[in-house]
Amino acid sequence: MAETHSLQDLRQQATIASKVFIQRDYSSGTICKFQTKFPAELETRIDKQQFEETIQTLNNLYAEAEKLGGKSYLEGCLACLTAYTIFLCMETHYEKVLKKIAKYIQEQNEKVYAPLGLLLTDPIERGLRVVEITIFEDRSLGSR
Amino acid sequence: MKNCEYQQIDPQALATPTPTPPPLPCPEKKTKRPRRKWEVFPGKNRFYCDGRIIVARQSGVLPLTLGLILVTSGLFFIFDCPFLVQHLASCIPAIGGVLFVFVIISLLQTSFTDPGILPRATPDEAADIEKQIDNPGSSSSYRPPPRTKEVLINQQVVKLKYCFTCKIFRPPRTSHCSLCDNCVERFDHHCPWVGNCVGKRNYRFFYTFIVSLSFLTAFIFGCVTTHLALRSQGGNGLVFALQASPASAVELVVCFFSVWSILGLSGFHTYLVAANLTTNEDIKGSWSGKSGSEETGNPYSYNNIFKNCCAVLCGPMPPSLIDRRGFVPSDDSAQTVPTEIALPAAKNDINMCTQGTKDLLETATRSPLLSSTCPQGKPQTAIPFPEARADPEPSAAPAPAPVPTPAPVRGGHRASGSSDRPRSGRSGKGKRSSSHNRNHAYTATSPPGSPNPRRGHRHHRSQKFTSLH
Repeated sequence: MAETHSLQDLRQQATIASKVFIQRDYSSGTICKFQTKFPAELETRIDKQQFEETIQTLNNLYAEAEKLGGKSYLEGCLACLTAYTIFLCMETHYEKVLKKIAKYIQEQNEKVYAPLGLLLTDPIERGLRVVEITIFEDRSLGSR
Repeated sequence: MKNCEYQQIDPQALATPTPTPPPLPCPEKKTKRPRRKWEVFPGKNRFYCDGRIIVARQSGVLPLTLGLILVTSGLFFIFDCPFLVQHLASCIPAIGGVLFVFVIISLLQTSFTDPGILPRATPDEAADIEKQIDNPGSSSSYRPPPRTKEVLINQQVVKLKYCFTCKIFRPPRTSHCSLCDNCVERFDHHCPWVGNCVGKRNYRFFYTFIVSLSFLTAFIFGCVTTHLALRSQGGNGLVFALQASPASAVELVVCFFSVWSILGLSGFHTYLVAANLTTNEDIKGSWSGKSGSEETGNPYSYNNIFKNCCAVLCGPMPPSLIDRRGFVPSDDSAQTVPTEIALPAAKNDINMCTQGTKDLLETATRSPLLSSTCPQGKPQTAIPFPEARADPEPSAAPAPAPVPTPAPVRGGHRASGSSDRPRSGRSGKGKRSSSHNRNHAYTATSPPGSPNPRRGHRHHRSQKFTSLH
């Protein structure tokens, strides 16, 4: 118990030591993609592979949301024909994937990040600019 | 005797006076309506229907556009259609009606949709970016030289500029609209006819609007001309026809001038769509290779007209990033900040004295501030709570100040990390009222720590966030 924290414990008791921001990677254009470069501040906290896997999964999910394929074209054409009024009634493909992403982030937080004293913030809350990782102070282990 | 006195003063009676003088913070915060994010939005936009509808600050000539369309179409349906149905074809009003509906709907959607506004950076983000830049002159009043970052996109070097207002490095194709005071993704232009910026999210609506409007004006022009031609048949002459149907003259004039401009605009935008360009890029000649080098080409184009059109017009609809209708958690932070001192159960209000003192200070300094508003450009119901508190904090600092901070303060940035979310609204306001110092003073003196309900609140918010607009 000394080493692991639950998500609730973190939110209620821990204090923030610092925040790390994973910036966007624009090398492929304007699509939503985050840099997979492992930040130095997390070296002592989390495994590099785990981190890269999380970011890569997020990137894949966003790519799925923004994918130009048959389904999105169909949705677009249908929307155009109805003068885009279906956007008022229907949830778009992008929004559905965003929900998936939120669920994935919560799951990652609960299973992987919270026990290590970290917290991922859903990028949509930061305007899809950054993935914010909050590093909590590990009081139980003394000062780090 | 002493015992009697102690017994008379029972703990609850003792406890109640302390919270009663400042009953305003605690119960008021609970009964205070949770504020939506659109109410604390830092840009110069206006919101209606509780944040569902967003327009630019100046509606421009949108009323004129609407008026012209409605009047011309109205005159057409009332004066020309009966004659044409009788003498030509009965489907004319139907076609006109469909076009008219398309025009109005797409116009309203263009005007009232978030064009792709990028929310401003939170103070933590801004601080993080500052650290990465060479000259960390964050609180200086003069503008350092423009900061740029170079990125390679499709083997093409693209410069990303730093936006001083939004405190972010603008993503590619994003531009800051000075009229709306927002960074807009895939910024095309700010259209006064529509009263809004045209950007990533509403470009397709805009394109539909101008194309359907060009069809509508051409259709009305054609119908009116036919109408007048039919009336002037039989030796009656054009003057007679105009006298018989004066409304047609009005329509003719309006449509004649509109057709050329709207058709021209539609043609121009069709070219832009096919080349996957924005008006902004076209005007600046970003990819036209004006430097003479043949290597500059549009890195965003798929080099296939059909694919470009599909991508721009039928691509997935991105969500609104500003979450207008989400709730601002700032009230919680204002409430929990006093409880974050290293007192074990402070948040349970057991230590009444400390709580009471802080609340007293809060209320004492809060009330005069409610009247002294920061100059706001848009109608807002009240100053956000923490903003009002931002002023007294420096003066009230001595009282709660001696906080044994568990972690070292890194140049003041760390202190600002405690309540990042509410500050996003506040820092925007602080900027607008040009009181950077005040904001920084607030961040420096507020005790750092993680307010508990706020974290939980943020968790709830993250779930709420996904169901956007």
